[in-house]
Amino acid sequence: MADYYDPKDLRKFGKITEWSEELGEKFFDYYGKVFEEGKLTAREKSLIALAVAHTEQCPYCIDAYTKDALQRGVTKEEMMEAIHAGAAIKSGATLVHGVMMMNKVNKLDG
Amino acid sequence: MTKLKTQSLHKRNSELAQSNKQLEILSNGIFANGELPTFAEKIEETGQFPMKPKKLEILQINLGYMCNQTCDHCHVDAGPDRKEIMTVETMKQCLEVIKNTGAHTVDLTGGAPEMNPNFRWFVEEASKAGIEDFIVRSNLTIIRANKKYYDLPQFFKKHNVHVISSMPHWTRGKTDKQRGEGVFDMSIKALQELNAIGYGMPDSDLRLDLVYNPSGAFLPTNQENMKKDFKKALLEDFGIHFHDLFAITNLPIARFLDFLIASENYEEYMYQLVEAYNPAAVKNVMCTNTISISWDGWLYDCDFNQMLELKVDSDVKHISEYNEDVLNDRNIIISQHCYGCTAGAGSSCQGSVAD
Repeated sequence: MADYYDPKDLRKFGKITEWSEELGEKFFDYYGKVFEEGKLTAREKSLIALAVAHTEQCPYCIDAYTKDALQRGVTKEEMMEAIHAGAAIKSGATLVHGVMMMNKVNKLDG
Repeated sequence: MTKLKTQSLHKRNSELAQSNKQLEILSNGIFANGELPTFAEKIEETGQFPMKPKKLEILQINLGYMCNQTCDHCHVDAGPDRKEIMTVETMKQCLEVIKNTGAHTVDLTGGAPEMNPNFRWFVEEASKAGIEDFIVRSNLTIIRANKKYYDLPQFFKKHNVHVISSMPHWTRGKTDKQRGEGVFDMSIKALQELNAIGYGMPDSDLRLDLVYNPSGAFLPTNQENMKKDFKKALLEDFGIHFHDLFAITNLPIARFLDFLIASENYEEYMYQLVEAYNPAAVKNVMCTNTISISWDGWLYDCDFNQMLELKVDSDVKHISEYNEDVLNDRNIIISQHCYGCTAGAGSSCQGSVAD
C-alpha cells in the first residue's frame, strides 16, 4: 500500500457490500434516500454534506461533494460559505469547552 | 464588448485540431487496455449494437464554424478565425431537402450561424417550407456584437424562429470563465431584448430556450432542478423569462478534450461517463432521429460526428445526393465520445433524453 488514500479507491466504495451484503445494501439504500429531494432540496443537502466532509476531514467526501456541488450549479463562493459554517461549528465546539475549563478553575482556585 | 477566451485549436496549430488524433486518443489508453469497455461493447450488453436510426425528425444544418466567441469547451472549435462557411449553392441544396423532408424540425447551428452572410436569406427561404419547428442556435452575444445584428430579435420574430441559446450559469463569474469576459452582461442584455418583443414570456408562442453545459470536468445534474434554479435566479436578478432549459453533457472532443487532457481530468471524466452510462438513454439519443449537415454539405449522424469527420455510413453521404430512405437504412457510427450522450438522463441538443 503506497498511500493510505488513493483517489481511485472512491470508485470502489460500492464494493464494501461484497463483504457484508445485507449491511452494505442497507447503508447504500439509506444513503441514497437521505440525499433525495425532501423538505430540503438535494442542492441544500449537498452543501451540508460538503461542510461535514470538511469537518470530518474526509478526502473521499471532499472529492465527491465538491464535484456534486459543481454539478448542481453551486458557485465556489457558496461552497466556501458552507465550509465556513462547518468550520465555525467545529471551532465553536472547541471554544465552548472553555466554559468547562473556567468552571474547573473557579472550583479549584476560586 | 466581450473579450475572446482563447484561440481555436486550428489557429493554435494544435494536433487536436485533427479529428484522427482525437479519435486515436478516444480509442487508446483506458479503452484499449481493458480498463473500460468501448461504447460498442457497452451497448452490445443490451443488444443495441449496431445502432440504427428511427424516423428522421430533425435536420441540423451547420452554417459555418465562424463565431464571435471562442468558448473554452466548444466541440466545434469555432472562433473568429474559422473561415468555413456554407455557400449559397449548398444552402440551395439544403432548401430542396427542407421542402421534401419528413423531418418536423430544422435546426440551424454554427459557430454563430448569424455570421454567415447569407443567413437571413436562407432563413427567409427555409421558413417558407412550413417547417413545424424552426430553430436557430444563437449565442446571444452576436445580437449585441455589431449594430448590423441589433435587429436580429425582430428578424427572428418575423419568421417565427425558435431561439435556443447557450447560458452556462446564472452568475457572471462562471459564465465569463467559460465563454469570455463580458459575455454574461451582453447575454443578459440580449435576453432582455428578446423578452421585450415576447420571446420566452409565459404563454408566448415565441420560443426561447436555454442550453446549460457544465463549465468543467463534471456532468450536468438533473435538468428539471437546474431549470428551476436558472428560472429563479434570472427572474429575481434580471427580470428574465425563458421557456425551457436543456442540460447538455460536454463530449470529450475538440476544445473540451484539449481541456480534459491539459488539466489531467481525461481519465476521470471518461470513468464518470462510463459509470453514468444509462442503457435507457441509448434508444433516444439524437443520432437516432437527426441528420447533421456540415457547412460543405456532408452528412453526419450528429454534430459531434461531424466535428470528428465521421461521415454517415451510407451510399448517400452528401446533400447533393440526399435520399432519406437510403439514409435511414444506415448504421450509426459510434466511438467512445458517444458515452457523453448516454450518461445519466442522457444528453442531446434537446437536453435529457431519458427519465
